Amino acid sequence: MPGSSLHQPVAHDSATLYVTGEARYVDDIAFPADGLHIALGLSERAHAHIMEMDLSDCLASRDVVTVLTAADIPGDNDASPVFGDDPIFAENTVEYHGQAIFAVVARSAKAARMAVAKARIIYQDLPAILTIDDALAQNHYLETPYVLTTGSVETALATAQHTLSGAIRIGGQEHFYLEGQAAYAMPGEAGDMTISVSSQHPTEVQHKVAQALGVPFHAVTVDVRRMGGGFGGKESQSNLPSIISALAARKTGSPVKLVYDRDEDMRVTGKRHDMLISYAVGYVDNGRISAIDVDQALRCGMSYDLSQAIAERAVLHAHNCYAIDHMRITSRLCKTHTPSNTAFRGFGGPQGMMAMERIIEDVAAALHLDPVVVRQRNYFTDWTTAKKAQLTAYHMPVRDCIINTLTDQLLASSDYVRRRQAIESFNQSSPIFKKGIGFAPVMFGISFNKTILNQAGALIHIYTDGSVHLNHGGTEMGQGLYTKTRQICAHAFGISDDMVKITATSTGKVPNTSATAASSGTDLNGMATQHAAETLKGRMAEYLSTLYQTSADAVRFVEGQVHIGDERISFAEAASQCWQGRISLSATGFYATPDIHWDRDAGRGSPFYYFAYGASVSEVTVDILTGESRVNQVDILHDVGHSINPAIDLGQIEGGFIQGMGWLTMEELVYGDDGRLLTHAPSTYKIPATSDRPDEMYIDLYESDGNRSDTIHKSKAVGEPPFMLAMSVYGAVSHALQSLGQYPDTYPMLNTPLTAEHILMTAHQMKASG
Amino acid sequence: MRSEIRFLLNGEEQSVKAINPDTTLLNWLRLIKMLTGTKEGCGEGDCGACTVVVADLNQSGQLIYKAVNACILFLPMLDGLSITTVEALRRSDGALHPVQAAIVEGHGAQCGFCTPGFVMSLYAGYENSMADNRHNIQQILSGNLCRCTGYGALIDAGLSAARHCPSASEHEADLSRRKIEYEYLQRAQDDKAMLSIETSEQAFYAPRELSELASLTRKYPDATFLAGATDIGLWVTKQHRQINRFIYLGRVNALKTISRTDDRVTVGAAVTHAEAMAALATDFEGLAEVWQRFGSAQVRYSGTVAGNIANGSPIGDMSPCFLALGAELTLNHAGKRRQLALDAFFISYGKQDRKQGEFIEAIRLPRLGSKEAVHAYKISKRFDQDISAVLMAVWIRRDGQLISDIRIGFGGMAATPARAYRLEQVLKGHDVEQPLPDAAVSALAEDFQPISDMRASSAYRLLVAENLLRKMLIEVSQDNGVKRLYPSSLPPAPDVPKAITMTMIEAGE
Repeated sequence: MPGSSLHQPVAHDSATLYVTGEARYVDDIAFPADGLHIALGLSERAHAHIMEMDLSDCLASRDVVTVLTAADIPGDNDASPVFGDDPIFAENTVEYHGQAIFAVVARSAKAARMAVAKARIIYQDLPAILTIDDALAQNHYLETPYVLTTGSVETALATAQHTLSGAIRIGGQEHFYLEGQAAYAMPGEAGDMTISVSSQHPTEVQHKVAQALGVPFHAVTVDVRRMGGGFGGKESQSNLPSIISALAARKTGSPVKLVYDRDEDMRVTGKRHDMLISYAVGYVDNGRISAIDVDQALRCGMSYDLSQAIAERAVLHAHNCYAIDHMRITSRLCKTHTPSNTAFRGFGGPQGMMAMERIIEDVAAALHLDPVVVRQRNYFTDWTTAKKAQLTAYHMPVRDCIINTLTDQLLASSDYVRRRQAIESFNQSSPIFKKGIGFAPVMFGISFNKTILNQAGALIHIYTDGSVHLNHGGTEMGQGLYTKTRQICAHAFGISDDMVKITATSTGKVPNTSATAASSGTDLNGMATQHAAETLKGRMAEYLSTLYQTSADAVRFVEGQVHIGDERISFAEAASQCWQGRISLSATGFYATPDIHWDRDAGRGSPFYYFAYGASVSEVTVDILTGESRVNQVDILHDVGHSINPAIDLGQIEGGFIQGMGWLTMEELVYGDDGRLLTHAPSTYKIPATSDRPDEMYIDLYESDGNRSDTIHKSKAVGEPPFMLAMSVYGAVSHALQSLGQYPDTYPMLNTPLTAEHILMTAHQMKASG
Repeated sequence: MRSEIRFLLNGEEQSVKAINPDTTLLNWLRLIKMLTGTKEGCGEGDCGACTVVVADLNQSGQLIYKAVNACILFLPMLDGLSITTVEALRRSDGALHPVQAAIVEGHGAQCGFCTPGFVMSLYAGYENSMADNRHNIQQILSGNLCRCTGYGALIDAGLSAARHCPSASEHEADLSRRKIEYEYLQRAQDDKAMLSIETSEQAFYAPRELSELASLTRKYPDATFLAGATDIGLWVTKQHRQINRFIYLGRVNALKTISRTDDRVTVGAAVTHAEAMAALATDFEGLAEVWQRFGSAQVRYSGTVAGNIANGSPIGDMSPCFLALGAELTLNHAGKRRQLALDAFFISYGKQDRKQGEFIEAIRLPRLGSKEAVHAYKISKRFDQDISAVLMAVWIRRDGQLISDIRIGFGGMAATPARAYRLEQVLKGHDVEQPLPDAAVSALAEDFQPISDMRASSAYRLLVAENLLRKMLIEVSQDNGVKRLYPSSLPPAPDVPKAITMTMIEAGE
């Protein structure tokens, strides 16, 4: 019997199924030959009245069974997560190019798609607001701008030794999960409905399907075995295909499947919010910043979706890991006639932090300092040396800061100072290729900023052969949650991982769950799993200790055995004996994160249980004749506390970095003047490919005694924080271009993404003004 | 004539009748054979989730393994070939194939959806003995997207699998599988019957001989010529177009040849990019980077050089290169041939000098003289598998420092691939040691008024084109040569798959 796999780099629980093609995703589940398929009819206008809609040719098209419109919804015409503002099918007005208006149900996906093209819809165009600038010009917001303040910003700026101001445009991002949105609805008896879906949020799918069908929640069961990638894009966006499949299944009585093709997926679903962030900053000669006044405008699209919470996280991360006395952060939720932007790894944090890092770069350039020095002069103090906890903008005491030590270690291991000097001398003798080196620190708050969501449930059954069935509310999207919770469960019972099977997340097993999001999957579900296991161990220990006439403290679960005083029996035997003793071998576990609270109106509270920290150094080469760039080397030091599975954590860090690098460099969403998304397929929307991975990439986990907060086995969340490590690429490109001139006349006012075009045009402008 | 499609699938002979010929291999695998390991990620050959491996014989009759995108291949195109999907890689004792084991051990799969595609690309690389260095791995995986891992673990898995030393039984199994495939492919090659599928709505013909092709084109002048389907596949999967009649060029042996004379290389209509890239690497070293960056491994294994020209796309990468080389086309209309200079072929957007029923039979490329060279530059958002914003190719003949003759082809600058005639005039006689003359900049702006689209703005296209000319002058004038961003990752000549001969199989190698 091998020992516990806890803290060991064990393979993903589905790894063998993945490489053999046996792992099933929604579209792979056995589907009856008479099952039906759906294609969506999408708006061809950004903002318009629907004057007439004639679907008779769609209905007459070959192999078509029926069509669905808003009139076919027995319950609520709403797919939104919170605010009730996302119609399933647009009725009178369309509000974005790509919005669903109707659906065709046919015997094959191809027949459905052929039929969709035959719809005749007459629109009357209405004025469309497409961009952040349009929305700002017309004060077209979802709600009154939100302002969070600490100290007195105006006074501090007015009395600062130096001030500067600027703005940065930060691009959006398509999730590009490899598996598109997919849902499969199976009608049952008495109006019941079972949905298999690729979703991070089965409970919300359950609620939305039930509300659309007009049935109680108990009539709908939602199962999610795995997703082919999520990244936030399947938090709310999986509602729509689930609801439409269910409506079709209800109407036809047949099993129905809706699998978006890539173009549909990219046109219909929301993306990461692009933002325009302007700022003013006050600082002194040594680089210490006294005040920032930051104005964040984000393109939300046609509805709220999760934008309010995303905007909030952008605000809460607007000062990253810096202790600044006077701050004002304003957040403007721009309503635009574009897809409703949604959750994406980092959830607003990346944009808020990117602007702060740009501020640091500007201040450093103005003072002719290494930006790392400016960072170090403004960091929160490490908890080991702080006399008193410093406060964030929202007055949360920072009690776990390690960014100073972590930075020192990374600067040393990456040989940052020497490399920076070498690069600067290289650039003097290299007219075409300019190198640059950048640094970025990350401090990311862990917990849903909406406190009530920080809860989770788990369910464990022990069978009489000693095998264990584990289920919990968290979903698997590749991040390794199932692998980690299985390790936690097996460790608790002292059995090997293969004795624990973790089964598809189901609303029928664990109810009322939160989305698997906010990096919280393992923190919440791992702890709930642990609690369920402890409950069962307690019951078993009590019974067995009575049976063997010893005390419950004398019962231990070790290496596949149960030690009961001096007796040793196998775990299977223990389970069997408990069953014979009529002891329940099924238990739930529940966890709610302690010590967190948040008052949005006041802008005060401690919304996070703890912070995750990390830092990175990136080196790039830029071709100033073409603007092309390449990241050559990356060094990362990241804090995951006491890792439950270092292989999975390293995978999250590298994957997060590369995804962030894509966001900041090559991934560009382009909309036409009519609001149509022009980059709606991988032919035009470019995510990093194999050769974009830097040739040299060194990733280390920060060594410590583990999380200072009482998390599951002292680990830290790892899903989102590494995404923002990619910000060092921005600093590196900026550094490369700064070799072309001097602040402020010739300074690269870089936006993102840093496409070859943007870099060349920026360099060209610098040369023109230099 | 034969109406059923025959091929090997995972070692088993298949015979498929009465199927619409535009059925994609992917849909057939997933919907008919219930082999759902092969995934659809994009339906346009850009993500590689649908990668399967096709075994084929090359022009020398050697066994070669090609990773291809099943989502845009039509089933009849597989006639006579051997297909392997991810489900068939496990050894008979259940053990994982070395590429599968390496991905599991190296933590190379997170969500797992792209994984079967990576497995199959690496399997092709493994079989072709190519996966032994980082550059080759990048080439092998150029058409596979992963959104989770960041690729490091997958690159390492490929390298680690290549170091795997097969056991005696594994080796035995590989040899016997290769032998089965080899013998099947040879039998299929000897079967000279033309595949002819006619359903109530569609028809598909795969002639073996030029004479059969000529009579088909006479009979069906409105038929669509099909070669690699890397473009036409998308007409079906993306535009949902109904194509009534296909004439497939890929089984006509006479069109698959590359031939050489002292002054010319001739590339047949059915020659793929992978074949041309390998065969012409030494003839046109200056095209190596463009060719290695053309599409992806999967696209280069399927797509043909002639197809890239025939579709007339203003952003096809080969056309500007061949314009610069001064290529000529041999057009064939029902057996009647005519020669046409490539720049006369492109008339306007979507319009080429090609009659109904006429196809490009061959491309004739003048070989480079001792004072001649070609230089090509590709600008795109991503290094691999991206469509160019601008592609510039320059053929140059020098007399000492002076440019005695020059041809410049551009892609992405006009409605068709186009020569920069005014610019060429200005640069004739230019001293390469001298900076780019202002007159060249204005000539460029007279030659082209590019559009703005999702790939680049008009202003960027003009500016980068101007700068590429500067870069070209630096490269031409300085011995230490190429000023490219990826110098370390691109050897001048790509490694080619190491084909397997029957002798090798029989010798147990």
